[in-house]
Amino acid sequence: MRPLTRPSFLSRHGLLVLGLALVGVMSLASLLAPWLAPFDPLDINVRAILQPPSWNHPLGTDALGRDVLSRVLWGGRVSLWVGFVAVGISTAIGLALGLVAGYFGRLTDEIVMRGVDVMLCFPSFFLILAVIAFLEPNLTNIMVVIGLTSWMGVARLVRAETLGLKSRDFVLAARVAGAGPTRILLRHILPNALAPVLVSASLGVAGAILVESALSFLGLGVQPPDPSWGNMLLEGKEVLGIAPWLSVFPGLAILLTVLGYNLLGESLRDLLDPRLRQ
Amino acid sequence: MPKILRRLLLKTVWVAVVFLGITVVSFWVIHLAPGSPTDLQTTMNPQVTPEARARLEKLYGLDQPVHVQYARWLARLATFDFGQSVSGDNRPVWDKIEERLPLTFGMNVASLVLTLLLAVPIGVLSAWKQNGPFDRAMTVLVFAGFAMPGFWLALLLMLWLGIAWPVLPISGITSLDFPHLSLWGKTLDLLRHLALPIFIYTFGSLAGLSRFMRASMLEVLRQDYIMTARAKGLPERTVIFRHALRNALMPVITILGLSVPGLIGGSVIIESIFALPGLGQLFYQAVMSRDYPLIMGSLVLGAVLTLAGNLLADVGYGLADPRVRQASGEAA
Repeated sequence: MRPLTRPSFLSRHGLLVLGLALVGVMSLASLLAPWLAPFDPLDINVRAILQPPSWNHPLGTDALGRDVLSRVLWGGRVSLWVGFVAVGISTAIGLALGLVAGYFGRLTDEIVMRGVDVMLCFPSFFLILAVIAFLEPNLTNIMVVIGLTSWMGVARLVRAETLGLKSRDFVLAARVAGAGPTRILLRHILPNALAPVLVSASLGVAGAILVESALSFLGLGVQPPDPSWGNMLLEGKEVLGIAPWLSVFPGLAILLTVLGYNLLGESLRDLLDPRLRQ
Repeated sequence: MPKILRRLLLKTVWVAVVFLGITVVSFWVIHLAPGSPTDLQTTMNPQVTPEARARLEKLYGLDQPVHVQYARWLARLATFDFGQSVSGDNRPVWDKIEERLPLTFGMNVASLVLTLLLAVPIGVLSAWKQNGPFDRAMTVLVFAGFAMPGFWLALLLMLWLGIAWPVLPISGITSLDFPHLSLWGKTLDLLRHLALPIFIYTFGSLAGLSRFMRASMLEVLRQDYIMTARAKGLPERTVIFRHALRNALMPVITILGLSVPGLIGGSVIIESIFALPGLGQLFYQAVMSRDYPLIMGSLVLGAVLTLAGNLLADVGYGLADPRVRQASGEAA
């Protein structure tokens, strides 16, 4: 029976495998950028300006003669970093508030959930834009602001899980045994509520990468000369007619990365939720 | 009836509280950030003395503590006075917003209508023949739609339809010879300029909405009354379009109300790419020149639209589904 499970897993979870592969390849490529990149991403070469893709420069060069492949690889580090830190922040906030709201209920719950409602009504991209422009656009500010404006989904999710878990027998048993709320929440409820959080974190990384690239595209994200996929597209837009490769490859990198995290999240959700499995 | 009235009243109070909360947070964040609107006119100009700068700050009320500034701003807002822009022309904020409202609003409404017209059939067909070839093809499209950054799609389309095969203009809202065109020519010119932006808006929201329509339809098709309708021997067509679609459509229409914040954010990017003189571009310029009154005015407008969308979604949902009406009536 053993050999049979392998092909059936692949065919049944093709999307999961594709997502994992995309995420794995894009992550490895940017993590190994210092070794993989054929050129220094900041190296200006006036004798190789706006060259189309060639053997020497597989993805061409930009208006300052910098190698686009090297810049795409290094730019991936920005996206990866922003995605993970921003989601780390939003997940931590969402987890804490969701656990507390779900477990203590009543007034605590009311306050937290109304806070969630208020945050959901924010025209958040407007506010992110204003805050970043005022605080000076740098990576730390971008990650923190994205994290602080995207925790609401996790909070709702965790609250719902906690509500369901807190009346289960094993939680009652823990309480009878004398465990305090902190111990019950961290040792008994949190581990059982983690699965949906993982799903939303994967989708969250995709969302954060999109927001960062949009900010950088507006000139309010990563500042030149440092490469990020968004600001490379901004530079590409200036020479759209003469050097289209500058506008194609960084966007493709965004598409593949975001697609990977979305596929991963969606197929994890299907995998973890038995009601959806057919 | 009194129950519904009470619920409406509670809802109104709640909306007012949320609105105040949004303005308070926005005002504080914007005013406490380092820098000031006078920077552009003073620091960059070596001839401006500190005294002149102080006079300018006093003129704009920036020498007061933040809570005093907020109170003044709120008091003026109550009389529908958004204040005056502090960058360059000093025109009233509302005038600047009003002249740009039709373009942004029109484009968003047009793309919402298009999205609905496409997403509903796609969702219904996908759910009807779940896991069939059409459903699978649409799933691929949906994932592509979710992962595709709007501004990249814009660049690709500009490259294709504007440069490689130049059939559409890629910048601005009218051509140079616009004033000399006939009425018909003007309409056509405008439509040609707006075709790409509207397509990109539509593509962006199509993925989410068609997915939601599919889920809603699948949910309805699982209900007992659908089985009853089929068991009665009704033709499949009647079951799908008369019994299922009606019930599946309502949550989809209400979710449109929740898409407002996304549309507002999207307009900043798309209007900046296509150089369209809309609200998004105005907000971007306001942020760049630290035009506090103009930023606050735009944020207020954004918040009002978002809240109105939420309220509509809420009311619509309650009207459509008696179960929700009852449950929230008891809870409230």
